Amino acid sequence: MSGLTPGVKRHTLFRGRTWPYHLALTATAIVIAFPLLYAALIATQTNTEIFSFQFTPGSALASNFDAVWNGRDFAGAMWNSTVQTFLVTIGKTVLSLLAGLAFVYFKFRGKWIVFFLVLVTLMMPTEVMILAMFRLVSGFGWQDTMAAIVVPFLASATGAFLFRQHFANLPSELLEASQIDGASPVQFLTKVLIPLSWNVIAALFVIQFVYTWNMFLWPSLIIRDETKQVSQVALQTLTNIDGALTYGPLMLAAIIASIPPAIVFLLMQKPFMSGFAIGQQK
Amino acid sequence: MLILGLVVAAILGPLYVWRNNDDPSAMRYGIGSAVAVAGAAVTPLAMGRCAFLEGTSGVDHLLAYGLMAGGAWLALIALQLLFDRADGTESDSAGMTGEIRTGGFRLGWWVPWLLLSPTLIILIVFLYLPAIQTFTLSTKLTKLGAPKSVDVCFSNFTELLITDPWKLVAYPLLAIAAIYGARFWLSRSAPGTWSRKGADIATVFAMLSVFVALYAMFSPGGGGQVAYRPVYLNTVIITIGIVAFGMIGGLAVAYLAFRTIRGGSVYRTLLIWPYAISPAVAGVLFFMIFDPTAGIFTYVMDTWFGIDVPNYRENAFLAQASIILASGWKILGYNILFYLAGLQTVSLDQVEAALIDGASTWQRFMKIVLPALSPITFFLLVTNLTYAFFEVYATIDFMTKGAPAGKTSVAIYEIIRVGVNNGDLGRGAAQSVLLFAAVIAVTIWQFQTSGRRVSYGGS
Repeated sequence: MSGLTPGVKRHTLFRGRTWPYHLALTATAIVIAFPLLYAALIATQTNTEIFSFQFTPGSALASNFDAVWNGRDFAGAMWNSTVQTFLVTIGKTVLSLLAGLAFVYFKFRGKWIVFFLVLVTLMMPTEVMILAMFRLVSGFGWQDTMAAIVVPFLASATGAFLFRQHFANLPSELLEASQIDGASPVQFLTKVLIPLSWNVIAALFVIQFVYTWNMFLWPSLIIRDETKQVSQVALQTLTNIDGALTYGPLMLAAIIASIPPAIVFLLMQKPFMSGFAIGQQK
Repeated sequence: MLILGLVVAAILGPLYVWRNNDDPSAMRYGIGSAVAVAGAAVTPLAMGRCAFLEGTSGVDHLLAYGLMAGGAWLALIALQLLFDRADGTESDSAGMTGEIRTGGFRLGWWVPWLLLSPTLIILIVFLYLPAIQTFTLSTKLTKLGAPKSVDVCFSNFTELLITDPWKLVAYPLLAIAAIYGARFWLSRSAPGTWSRKGADIATVFAMLSVFVALYAMFSPGGGGQVAYRPVYLNTVIITIGIVAFGMIGGLAVAYLAFRTIRGGSVYRTLLIWPYAISPAVAGVLFFMIFDPTAGIFTYVMDTWFGIDVPNYRENAFLAQASIILASGWKILGYNILFYLAGLQTVSLDQVEAALIDGASTWQRFMKIVLPALSPITFFLLVTNLTYAFFEVYATIDFMTKGAPAGKTSVAIYEIIRVGVNNGDLGRGAAQSVLLFAAVIAVTIWQFQTSGRRVSYGGS
């Protein structure tokens, strides 16, 4: 991240000793991590241990895990989330690539109307029309189906514009060269554009993965069958086990439900950042 | 009364044409007038002139006039686009859509449409259609799952507002006057003078007056009206709380992290990871911390400081503060991420110059760093606002469920409570339209302030 500017010069911005900063940063990192660390502690304890405010790892990690994973079939919810997230993320990327291709490499009548139609959706969040959407999708008979939590989210103005912008910044000679080779639009996309777009694809992948995995309101409305539910909403059922509030399993499930987006985000941090840098230039 | 509105539209149409065209022809004035009348007439006619029938109130008329003005305005904007195309002065649409200048595929006309069709079909079926249905639903009384519905015109809206039409007109006009007044003062005052300081303060108060005017326009309840004022107030408090906490905290941490040389990327990872945490999980984690019987917060306050903290779900202030804290914590990582990237672009030469001039750390921050970051700050302001409007739902659902006495029931939470839990689709849709209006207002403000931008928020 400091590749562009030499570290020495960057340092002149803040002269003086560095250890107070390291100390302050470490403290900040601990404060930010505290809710998760505390949840991890609770996840190992029984209710008795929690109420006695024991600040060492408890004895119930295995039994809490069993209650969550098998007792409440949280494994099923995690699987549903995984299927939903991959379908949405992949579908969105493909549709956005196709839309970007059409916007940049084709001239056609009515393009500006289509462009405007897509642009306006940037100010139409699903949440403000959620009641009508609930009625509409229920009318399709899609309640308790995977289609209900995948299909409405397959198109993305953000994605289409991200690729449009990226393609527009690529040299136009690319197209001429492949036209001489007689490449079709799909060949041009897969052989030329996609290999040049991995950073943007990765950035979009991370954003969409985290967004889709963390979706809560829509699945909580349209999915009422517990076996079809996604992980974020399934957490709700864990607030009550055997008629009482058991904190340990709930915290454990919250941590488990956070692992996939956290892994994707941490592994893809670098391409994510550079993809953003591309998106920011204009 | 309807005719009166149409006459006004017929006069204002040509005025719009006159303002936006150089020396327009008589025919264009005529077209402008006709288009304005048509635009104004569409909604009242589609609704069967219901707002002007016997037994309707001044507030009904007012809402109908508002819709007529909106319809006329949209129609005139569309007309102006056509005029510009005819004159050849349209803004370059190829540049807008990012099309390459040379070449392009020369295949059948249907090829680009085929490529765009999946995106278009989904946007139309799952965004445009429900958006339109939200508007039609908002004029009906209909129960969830029931096939029957009754047209109720604007009553789902009028019951959210105060009943005096004159006040309903006066409050927003006063707020608009305050904004224009402050702008005028600002344009007349030279930088660095007392007058400029006064104008700056007036600008802040003018902005606040918008919030106050809206507060005064919503009904406090009673007399068959819905008490929407508290919902509005909760939404404002919680939204501003989350955005302020998330952004000030994010900038402070990013500024701190930016200083370190070694271990920079490790710190960055340790600071931004909550980006991947969901609003629901944030709710669960803080639900645990603040739990009145098992949570560490109550325990520590009691045993270490001897403070008996009330149950946060029964105390309005604590409930709102805990929602703000949980949501602010979750959005913090996102803000740190962008501020760290933004700090890379701060001009070092300027900072060095300021160092030589003997500027203090605080002065350097205020005079150089903060202005350099303003594009990022603006981008984050919009994404944080969207987050605080919508994503906060899951956090509230896990922590307080709107308690105590609806003090943490923000607009989106209220929409679900009314529309789904009470099954009152029409009333819920009317509240959705209000939230939609808020989103559109933020977007227009964003476009006006910064030109076109790409949003990276979500969908």
